[in-house]
Amino acid sequence: MTTPHSEVLLAARGIDKQYGPRKILHDVNLNITRRSVTAIVGPNGAGKSTLNRILLGLVRADRGSLEFDGLDVGNDVSYRARIGYMPQAARFPENLTVRDVFALLDELRASSVAVDTSLAVDFDLDQQLHRLVRELSGGQRQRLNAALAFRYRPDLLLLDEPTAGLDPIASRILKRAIANARDNGRAVIVTSHVLAELEEIADRVMFLLEGRVQYSGTMTALLANTASFTLEEAVAKVMTNVGANPFGESVSENLAEVAV
Amino acid sequence: MTSIVLDDARSASSLSGLSAGASASQTMRAVLRYAIRDMLRNRWMLAYGVGIAGIVEVLFRTTGSGSRALIGILNLVLIIIPLVSVVFGVMYWHSTREFNELLLAQPVKRRALWSGLYLGLIVPLAIAYVAGITAPLLLHRAIDAQSLPILVAMLLAGVALTAIFGGLAMLIGTCVDDRLKGIGLSFAVWIAMTALYDGVVLLVSTSFSDYSLERTMLAFTIANPVDLARTTIVLRTDTSALMGYTGAVIEKFLGTGVGSLAAVAGLGLWIVVPAWLALRAFERRDF
Repeated sequence: MTTPHSEVLLAARGIDKQYGPRKILHDVNLNITRRSVTAIVGPNGAGKSTLNRILLGLVRADRGSLEFDGLDVGNDVSYRARIGYMPQAARFPENLTVRDVFALLDELRASSVAVDTSLAVDFDLDQQLHRLVRELSGGQRQRLNAALAFRYRPDLLLLDEPTAGLDPIASRILKRAIANARDNGRAVIVTSHVLAELEEIADRVMFLLEGRVQYSGTMTALLANTASFTLEEAVAKVMTNVGANPFGESVSENLAEVAV
Repeated sequence: MTSIVLDDARSASSLSGLSAGASASQTMRAVLRYAIRDMLRNRWMLAYGVGIAGIVEVLFRTTGSGSRALIGILNLVLIIIPLVSVVFGVMYWHSTREFNELLLAQPVKRRALWSGLYLGLIVPLAIAYVAGITAPLLLHRAIDAQSLPILVAMLLAGVALTAIFGGLAMLIGTCVDDRLKGIGLSFAVWIAMTALYDGVVLLVSTSFSDYSLERTMLAFTIANPVDLARTTIVLRTDTSALMGYTGAVIEKFLGTGVGSLAAVAGLGLWIVVPAWLALRAFERRDF
């Protein structure tokens, strides 16, 4: 099953990455479509962070190619203007104000599009603009982290453990923002260890294990193929049955979808 | 299958569909401006500048002369500047590492970003040093014909050392992921260049005292930026006569146009090489 080209925003083909003797990613293929929330799941060391960083250009793949909106990324970094990235660790220079952090990113983006301040307002960051980063709590820093990712109305949001450190109210606001982004035609990639949360917000799943894609497809198909009620249960079944074909007949179909 | 080469050299065709981000110079200026803002609010940076000013003030009150105060602080400055620049630089690099990764995820060239980060480290350090040295002398109106050449030599040498050890800090920070190992290595570099090197030079000069070592000593002086800075400053003072025959040879060489060029080239090379290596490492490494 292939996805129509125009719907694919980001495509990675045959990505390999090795650090010394250790192979982190093996021939990873993925299609990120518009109007979707894709959860990248897997145990620690599965290669999720490396894959995210390759998609952003922070890490160079040993092999493979990356296309954004149908064009080969190659040496071009301007595609990052269409990506909003929320790293896992919300660390900013301690002696800058919240206003300084926004202003610096605004200058680097030099965006012609008006910034989206709605999430910053929802997070009350508009009331904290004068405060130094060192005066902010961990949760407030994480809010700033999220607000920066959404600020430039990106076509693709790449969120790494987005709700870590957020209180339930802020977490709900962020999940609503993710859903709104998808409904507005954007693509979202989320990595998280909180599988229940991913089940709530994601409609597609990519499961990585030891650098290999074990499953890539819809959440519904994963649950159905593994006869599971929850994502956690499905992932556990995949992990314990690697090599034993947990998807039965559907494996080839799912992997065919991955390796377009 | 083509391999991905995300080396940030932006091609003519933009994938952004919007604006393609800031230009290289805009990126560098923006990062530099906010890095300076961050550093100038840093308490350690304030302590560095105020500490130097305090020592100059005390020495001035003790000696009653601007030039003597500067000579008095010379060795302290030649030890403190490399220490602060390399150790603080590595610590600062690691404290802003995650933020730098966020900056790298923006549509910016790595080279431009690195330039902003490098200047953002050394410019505030240089400002704190220059202000710390000159403020007390200006307050006491102690800058006269005698102290001015020493002051200028000390400021130029101090700024050069800041750039050299700031570059080494960027190199260590980029190449060594572990913060503690990085700090340990920065201390090792500092000790090697400010103390061990002199020990080796002393060992060579005593072991081969029967031979004519003036040229060798000259080469040793130019090869180490701390020694080169020290010699360049001392030669502007009347204490250079105390350096003996070897000092006279060094003075004779460095006092000429060629010698001055060699000194500037030596310091220039020491600024450029670590900075270039750090930039190369920054452009090539995975974050």
